Amino acid sequence: MEPLLTQDVRKPNGYTLDFYVEHDGYAGLRRALGMAPDQIIEMVKASGLRGRGGAGFPTGTKWQFVDKKSPNPRYIACNADESEPGTFKDHVLMERNPHLLIEGCAIACYAIGAKVAYIYIRGEFLHVQQVLEAQIAEAYKAGYLGKNILGSGFDCDVWIHRGAGAYEAGEETALLESLEGKRAQPRNKPPFPAVVGLYNCPTAVNNVETLCNVPLIVKNGAEWFAALGPEKNGGPKLYCISGQVKRPGVYEASMHVTLRELIEGERYAGGAREGRTLKAIIPGGSSVPVLLPEQLDVPASFDAVQKAGSLLGSAGIIVCDDTTCMVWLAENLLHFYRHESCGKCTPCREGTDWLHKILHRIERGEGQMRDLDLLASISAQIGGKTLCAFGDAAITPVQTTLKHFRHEYEAHIREGRCTLVADWRARQPIGAH
Amino acid sequence: MSFHPKMAYDATFHKSSRTLADPGPPFTFTPERRARLDEVLTRYPPDRKRSAVLPALYLAQQQHGYITGNAMRHIAEILEITPADVEDVVSYYTMFYTKPVGRFVLNVCRTLSCALNGAERVTEELCAKLHIKPGETDTSGTFTLVEVECLGACDRAPVVMVNDAWHECVSPESVGHMLDSLRTRGESALTGCHLAVEKR
Ligand SMILES: Cc1cc2nc3c(=O)[nH]c(=O)nc-3n(C[C@H](O)[C@H](O)[C@H](O)COP(=O)(O)O)c2cc1C
Ligand code: FES
Repeated sequence: MEPLLTQDVRKPNGYTLDFYVEHDGYAGLRRALGMAPDQIIEMVKASGLRGRGGAGFPTGTKWQFVDKKSPNPRYIACNADESEPGTFKDHVLMERNPHLLIEGCAIACYAIGAKVAYIYIRGEFLHVQQVLEAQIAEAYKAGYLGKNILGSGFDCDVWIHRGAGAYEAGEETALLESLEGKRAQPRNKPPFPAVVGLYNCPTAVNNVETLCNVPLIVKNGAEWFAALGPEKNGGPKLYCISGQVKRPGVYEASMHVTLRELIEGERYAGGAREGRTLKAIIPGGSSVPVLLPEQLDVPASFDAVQKAGSLLGSAGIIVCDDTTCMVWLAENLLHFYRHESCGKCTPCREGTDWLHKILHRIERGEGQMRDLDLLASISAQIGGKTLCAFGDAAITPVQTTLKHFRHEYEAHIREGRCTLVADWRARQPIGAH
Repeated sequence: MSFHPKMAYDATFHKSSRTLADPGPPFTFTPERRARLDEVLTRYPPDRKRSAVLPALYLAQQQHGYITGNAMRHIAEILEITPADVEDVVSYYTMFYTKPVGRFVLNVCRTLSCALNGAERVTEELCAKLHIKPGETDTSGTFTLVEVECLGACDRAPVVMVNDAWHECVSPESVGHMLDSLRTRGESALTGCHLAVEKR
């Protein structure tokens, strides 16, 4: 499949309005404004577009749930928080193809009857934000945003809202809290944002890549889009490949592509580095179960990866080679989750800290065999007992490394040391702080 | 609550471990920043001024280097919320500082993809070169070293965000040069990310 989202990202002026308009840009918006909003929602439903933020929920269905009877204004909240470890696709789209996102936001607003879209961008993306802001200003000047867009009578504003360093702000309800000027902590669901969202108004929260697919659908039709991938997994997909591979990067492909092709293919990441072999693969950002090298011959689609025992999540593929200690990996990720837990739900706030402490102890060679049961039992007491999916995400690295690599944990405990210290790791443990 | 004379409530029982925000010097926004904040406020519904608390805090941090108690109070007045509401937010987000930091804050990503590519060694090297531990500022007040979580640029690991600028594909061998050029060339030595994307 030829790239559709990223074909021009390496051209020096590929991000400008002139370039975008010359290449058929904003044709989707023009077409959309001639359609009824419900028609667009039906079209997106028929295309089978699924959310690219992590959950893979059908976008058309989400839009359909937006409460049309409410007397309140409606909102689009674009999730540009991109903080899932191993995920780095949205910033490429925003920085190198910003008008695609702007067009997507405008069409989404028109479809659900909103007049304002807020793009919630993570604080660490200042350089991306500056590009996006400048291009939004261009779009206003050219009449693609603002009042009476393209003479249709439709008004739409797009504003950027900068976050300030919080992984949890990517969770949709926490994102809304943060937009309201509060701590990014999740809300109880239901009610879902489609009914009670930003400022208690009906809101659709959509990932950047999701919204970038919308203009393609409106321009080329739902059937075309669906036919690009396997059934129910249509459209182009961006894969982020990082870790210990020859050519890490963002690769666009249809979801027919297999995980093995992505990781080992010559057109993609090129496989493990010289003299190394694959050991473990996390296919969808740090929150999804680990896969083993022999499990990679499946299409990298939402459904196929799930069937293989993991999740496509945000398509952040992290590759570890045979120099990686799996206890160290779990400790590294639990350090992340412990730090990022928003503190609202006790099992997650306390549990992630306990898990990290125990993992740290085992990794340093001070663990005991009974710690392994403790890890399993604490994990079980976090899973499913938190307001948002963070809790389930946080225990996944522990549970799946224990499942596939229990022998490594046992070796650490038996030998009283880390059994696989690679030269790329700290000489002195940097320690828990 | 009891006020039994034998209970030394004021001395022991009601001591909070919370450190109060440093009030700092009196604080008001410069006219330009105040105008900028007023412009930002137009993006949100008139009865939802609180939404502008993050932009307001960024402006305050830009003005004073870190966020003081007086700055929080000033922002609270403008946004018609309580100072506690503002402090609640400041204490949650990692990008706001409540203490002075160095001229350059070196945010080393320590999460998996960066760690797999040597981020721990980068931190070690920076600690050794600056004679500080993560979380500290060097004696000259030039550099603050912070370990942060995934910055969203994992293919260019390890990543060090210096103030707001990403430095990508950093190695233990290259940090010496990075520190030297920041010392000699100042802010102009900060590199951005998009150039690196373009080059590939
Ligand atoms: C802890 C947590 C963090 C999340 N972080 C992000 C994120 O950084 N970016 C994102 O797009 N979605 C993130 N999500 C998923 C969102 O909650 C939500 O599903 C998504 O924004 C919906 O958009 P989509 O339907 O277009 O995928 C996160 C979810 C959880 C539970
Ligand atoms: S792990 Fe360092 S940028 Fe993602």
